[in-house]
Amino acid sequence: MLGLGIISGLLILPLVGAAFILTLSGDEGAVRRNARWAALATTLATFLLSLVAWSRYDSSTAAFQLVESHAWLTDTIRFKLGVDGFSMPLVLLTTFLMPFCIGASWISIETRVKEYFVAFLVLETTMIGVFTSLDLVLFYLFFEAGLIPMFLIIGIWGGKRRIYASFKFFLYTLLGSVLMLLAIMAMYWQAGTTDIPTLLQTRFPTHMQTWLWLAFFASFAVKMPMWPVHTWLPDAHVEAPTAGSVILAGILLKMGGYGFIRVSLPMLPDASHAFAPLVYALSVVAIIYTSLVALVQTDIKKLIAYSSVAHMGFVTLGLFTMTEQGIQGALFLMISHGIVSGALFLCVGVIYDRMHTREIAAYGGLVHRMPLYAVAMMVFTMANVGLPGTSGFVGEFLAMLGAFRANPMVSFFSVFGIILSAAYALWLFARVIYGKLDKPNLQAIADLDRREMVILAPLVVLTLYYGFHPGPVLDVFAPSTEALMQGMRAALSTTQTAAAALPVAH
Amino acid sequence: MYHAIVFLPLIGALVAGLFGRRIGPKASEAVTTGILFFVALLSWVAFFEVSGGHGHGATRVQVATWFTAGDLVVDWAFRVDTLTVVMLVVVNTVSSLVHLYSMGYMHEDPHRPRFFAYLSLFTFAMLMLVTADNLVQMFFGWEGVGLASYLLIGFWYEKPSANAAAMKAFIVNRVGDFGFSLGIFLTFVLFGAVAFDGIFPKVAEIKDAGFHFLGTDWNALTLCCLLLFMGAMGKSAQFLLHTWLPDAMEGPTPVSALIHAATMVTAGVFMVARLSPLFDAAPNALAVVTVIGGITAFFAATIGLVQNDIKRVIAYSTCSQLGYMFVALGVGAYAAGVFHLFTHAFFKALLFLGAGSVIHAMHHEQDMRNMGGLRRYIPFTSLMMAVGSLALIGFPFTAGYYSKDAIIEAAYMSGRPGHVLAFLATVIAAFFTSFYSWRLFFMTFEGPARWQEAHAGGHDAHAAPAHAHAASAHAAEADGAPGHHEGVAHDDKGHDVEPASRSAIEHHDEHPHVPHESPRVMTLPLAVLALGALFAGLLFKDRFIGEGMDAFWKGALAHGPDNHIMHEIHDAPGWVSASPFVMLVLGFLLAYWMYIRRPELPHRLAESQPLLYRFLLNKWYFDELYDRIFVRPAKGFGTFLWRVGDGTVIDGLGPDGIAARVVDVTRGVVRLQTGYVYHYAFVMLIGVAALVSWYLFTGVSAAAH
Repeated sequence: MLGLGIISGLLILPLVGAAFILTLSGDEGAVRRNARWAALATTLATFLLSLVAWSRYDSSTAAFQLVESHAWLTDTIRFKLGVDGFSMPLVLLTTFLMPFCIGASWISIETRVKEYFVAFLVLETTMIGVFTSLDLVLFYLFFEAGLIPMFLIIGIWGGKRRIYASFKFFLYTLLGSVLMLLAIMAMYWQAGTTDIPTLLQTRFPTHMQTWLWLAFFASFAVKMPMWPVHTWLPDAHVEAPTAGSVILAGILLKMGGYGFIRVSLPMLPDASHAFAPLVYALSVVAIIYTSLVALVQTDIKKLIAYSSVAHMGFVTLGLFTMTEQGIQGALFLMISHGIVSGALFLCVGVIYDRMHTREIAAYGGLVHRMPLYAVAMMVFTMANVGLPGTSGFVGEFLAMLGAFRANPMVSFFSVFGIILSAAYALWLFARVIYGKLDKPNLQAIADLDRREMVILAPLVVLTLYYGFHPGPVLDVFAPSTEALMQGMRAALSTTQTAAAALPVAH
Repeated sequence: MYHAIVFLPLIGALVAGLFGRRIGPKASEAVTTGILFFVALLSWVAFFEVSGGHGHGATRVQVATWFTAGDLVVDWAFRVDTLTVVMLVVVNTVSSLVHLYSMGYMHEDPHRPRFFAYLSLFTFAMLMLVTADNLVQMFFGWEGVGLASYLLIGFWYEKPSANAAAMKAFIVNRVGDFGFSLGIFLTFVLFGAVAFDGIFPKVAEIKDAGFHFLGTDWNALTLCCLLLFMGAMGKSAQFLLHTWLPDAMEGPTPVSALIHAATMVTAGVFMVARLSPLFDAAPNALAVVTVIGGITAFFAATIGLVQNDIKRVIAYSTCSQLGYMFVALGVGAYAAGVFHLFTHAFFKALLFLGAGSVIHAMHHEQDMRNMGGLRRYIPFTSLMMAVGSLALIGFPFTAGYYSKDAIIEAAYMSGRPGHVLAFLATVIAAFFTSFYSWRLFFMTFEGPARWQEAHAGGHDAHAAPAHAHAASAHAAEADGAPGHHEGVAHDDKGHDVEPASRSAIEHHDEHPHVPHESPRVMTLPLAVLALGALFAGLLFKDRFIGEGMDAFWKGALAHGPDNHIMHEIHDAPGWVSASPFVMLVLGFLLAYWMYIRRPELPHRLAESQPLLYRFLLNKWYFDELYDRIFVRPAKGFGTFLWRVGDGTVIDGLGPDGIAARVVDVTRGVVRLQTGYVYHYAFVMLIGVAALVSWYLFTGVSAAAH
């Protein structure tokens, strides 16, 4: 079919949906209704197509699969797509979360409905593009292009301070990206190509790695976000509409982690090893600092946003431990956090739609009127806390275990995160859900309706399922992680620091 | 069979939890309770099969793989040996009786399906804990019981005090889990495995390995055991991490009996016993266990002396008894520790359920100062409480007598560091135990019936605002203690109650009632537990700690080649063996003197020693101390980091600062509009530059579409 493979299909399908929505015209109500259904149908179809891709994916090898390569800018800069063990789960996460976002926006978006869904569908294409690009220029384009729809989503459909938040978001992320573009150019001059599989085999000189690493780090650290460049995230979350928050926390943040695992670690192993202590330090600070900040928040969304920063601290920590456990744990945590934080933002959206406030103090005793909501919230809270039996545990546990292998001191400090996360999450739960229902305007609040149940139930199920049986996701990472580790070992063993790099076997 | 034992309670929990509303409370109760009795029966079968059989070592039952990463393999699997089946029997017997009892106790509560779902969920988590074949699964059960405990303490979620207590329990336990997690990580780094089968055979080679941690060189095994023990301290409410247990009494009384007396809090003891091959090779860690256990046994008993809430007295008693168990483990007498765990489960569950029966009879009054003379009204309950107290203080031939004496003798005979302190602490604590047990008994069941006056007072005060009532209640308190430190939570009416049901309170408001004996479903479990409290020691002492010991345990508890403590205790001098009995008699006499002969004496004593009394009544001021040094600084520091760190420093220097500079530049540019041509040209150039950059960035991005 036109020489296009499944992955091209994943990129094109949302654009087709967007184009269709743009052509809608007629009376206001009909356009809205059709736009919603069209967006839902498109995202569901994309999800199904990604499942087809998944069924053709062989999770026992580390090689790139479903590869397609089309002529593009030059012979060396091609439109090349493919997936491996690192990207496949993230693609699935993206296509999986999109229908929920559409569902969450069903009634809460009332202005410019058409444009809203178009922005979301374009965003989906760019996100899938980031995870499937096998060419750095292409990767960069998708990485940056994603900013625009998100900028619009926050800036147009956001809350009161949406302009401030959207510009903060845009400027922060753009600034980091400029440096990444320079780094990609430098790599091109050095290696003569921007083809990712080729670059993975290329050894860059050590001093060059340092600069390249720092340039990429500037971009990925902002996206992650790592402390101290995290302050755009709480503002962006608070102002974004519910679905925007879900995508932001669920997928956009994972681009930073994906960048580290796709570019920094495998292509720049010496620099990654040299800078690992810096990453450890920033991660540990993030875990403790943002957990403490989360503790004192008065806005539910901000609290969850800060908790996301803390969790991303575990991800960066795990990735740079350069152990199987740490890397797989970090990757699993990215998936799990995508589901759990997305679900938490959806939960906030549920009560925001009813009361139009995110102040913790405005709630209390919701369990009396909303028992089902309380159950869902409890499951996600516990997953956020990292209770064994929920998906949140496996990733955090493995990341910390890997950290302990690499550097016990770092692990020691990161474990404080599990105490603090329990404190802020349970305190939030106690203030919002438990207690007496004595606020007059809450007396008539309604429990989850059918649409909300359909949205939250699959997420509850997945959270628990991956808690008990993380294999389906975790094992996909294994071959790629193994390959990455081998490559890094080989690279490091040729440098003098090799001995210190490998986890010491006792 | 083990699949059934572990997973049936989960099914019960799911049925009651998911379909409770549809099938109604009666069916939920029936399903969960029925399942638990069946499972308890199976557990006893397993107990005799495993402990009486001829097999050696542990059987492993693989259920599924949980996760693997690199060389780390974590399975869902059961490890079945004598220690496991002992715990199965304890957990399922007490749990089934508590389920039955709750049918009566919670009878007026509208949320019964939820309650029974939680109870069964707890049982499942506890079973996963005790059957765990590896440390991570144990951690799953460990946190799972923590979750169930959180849900059950906060069962009456309307009560702010219950919410606070639930959170406190979870968070303090997480502090312990902090150590537990690090312990698991270190175990994995040392042994390359988290499964017990992979750990135990390698202990000998690791014994002398060192490990550098936090700037110090440690003996790796000692560090490992200490970190793991930190988890045990949290779960078993040992000194420094004990503060959550008394507050946990906010939960319904059956929960206190099941979770906070018989099963969950003994998880720490179980963990150390399970890891005895590890601890036995780390004598320094064992010394810490001994000392912490000794301090807890003593310290909790001192607080128990002056508490007025009937449940809190028993809670501190639990804390103290757990200290005994850790002393036993610390001196290497693992079997004695587990034996005390076994007997303690019966008599402490009996005491709690008995207290629940008293509270039920008194319509949710918990303050012993408002009781008295109840023996005539609820004779059966008072008899049961007497049995439980006798077993607790170790009256000859009751269950506690065998296990507690063995611990005291082991503490004396051991040559390990800390054993003197542990011996003294346990003997003195035995005296305190006897005193507070009889004090509880006399204040509740003997003497004048103080509840008549108290209720009259309570009746009037309901017209007054809650605060006034709370204040007047304090003013009238016999022992004259201030504020919330009383240990009795006040609900919105300022009444000391468990709000099991509002109707009960309303009911007693309308006409003064006479305490009544509890229904059959509540007294029957008491009777069964009383049999255990009386005879569990006599029946099982030979197997657990006597002649049949080796055949019974079959190596489930490690006793290193130099560890002969279980044989040495038979050679303890006569005065050591007699000391617990002497302490028991002295405690009884003192309590009799103070609460029956001279009832005005306690009040006078409290007045003459206000400092000591306040110190004990306020639980050594641990709550205040922790609030001052942990809770408030954390919140203060969080606010500081948020406002100053994120707000002023990062945003101030970063985005907002840059934005402000840009605005300054723009102002400068505006000032340029002076009418001179070259000024305009300059501005135009800047504009072009900006346009070009804008085009570059967005143009490139747009190419993606």
